[in-house]
Amino acid sequence: MRARVLVRPKQGILDPQGQAVERALPALGFQGVSGVHVGRLIELDVEDPERLPEMCERLLANPLIEDYEIVHTDPGRP
Amino acid sequence: MKFGVIRFPGSCDEVDALDAAGRVGEAVLLWHGDRDLQGVDAVIVPGGFSYGDYLRVGAIARFAPVMEEVAEFARAGGLVLGICNGFQVLCEARLLPGALLPNVSLRFICRQVSLDVVRPDTAFTRACQDGRPLSIPVKHTTGRFYAPEDELGRLEASGQVLLRYAPGENPNGSLHDIAGVCNETGNVFGLMPHPEHAVDPLTGSTDGLKIFESMRAHAADRVLV
Repeated sequence: MRARVLVRPKQGILDPQGQAVERALPALGFQGVSGVHVGRLIELDVEDPERLPEMCERLLANPLIEDYEIVHTDPGRP
Repeated sequence: MKFGVIRFPGSCDEVDALDAAGRVGEAVLLWHGDRDLQGVDAVIVPGGFSYGDYLRVGAIARFAPVMEEVAEFARAGGLVLGICNGFQVLCEARLLPGALLPNVSLRFICRQVSLDVVRPDTAFTRACQDGRPLSIPVKHTTGRFYAPEDELGRLEASGQVLLRYAPGENPNGSLHDIAGVCNETGNVFGLMPHPEHAVDPLTGSTDGLKIFESMRAHAADRVLV
């Protein structure tokens, strides 16, 4: 099964990367953008999706500073 | 006094750490893949870019075979010093509290900083008794120390903050200006500045030597006991 793990900075922790992107967008002519946060995407094929949370807790994310979201995609599609 | 300095793929500051420790005692290299700590009195987890900082700084190095032995060594009370990337590895390994986040400026900062010694009575700072700040360089992009507010309160109350950036010197936005913290039992210490780069008059300050000298003094006391 194809899985996607989205890793994002925890709410409440200063995210200067998100702020930098948020500041850059108006300079390119895009108005009305706020709440920008920059995270990480990890994609993997897993035989046992039950073990994904453990993979996230131990390696893919640092639960102290990051939240993660596991998305199971259709096994028949990328 | 025998120091062991770990080398991971991508480490670079193990070279100066070996030189610095070698000025104070014997220093040997510990290969990341070996489980033999060679009977050292203290382990140094050095600065650099272990595993290219892939995924997250220190996230992969924490699973190196040598780190399992370091965890056991730390549990038994052995001295462990984590410098910069080493600090990051120790936080990821949960041998130290908190985490290191990208600098607030998003820039790589490389400059001398002044550090206040908050606790001059520990295994890592007992040679810093003269009340003067330490002049030591930092060089990092990911050095902002973070812990949740309640955890920060606990660290302060229990005296686990050993070094603070002097007022106006915080280069990365570390909460409470924290530059270095130790664990609850005081035998594991991590700091973002590089004491191993401040041991020779050639580079301007020899204040970094005091940290290695502190560790030697502590180890000597333990032998007598």
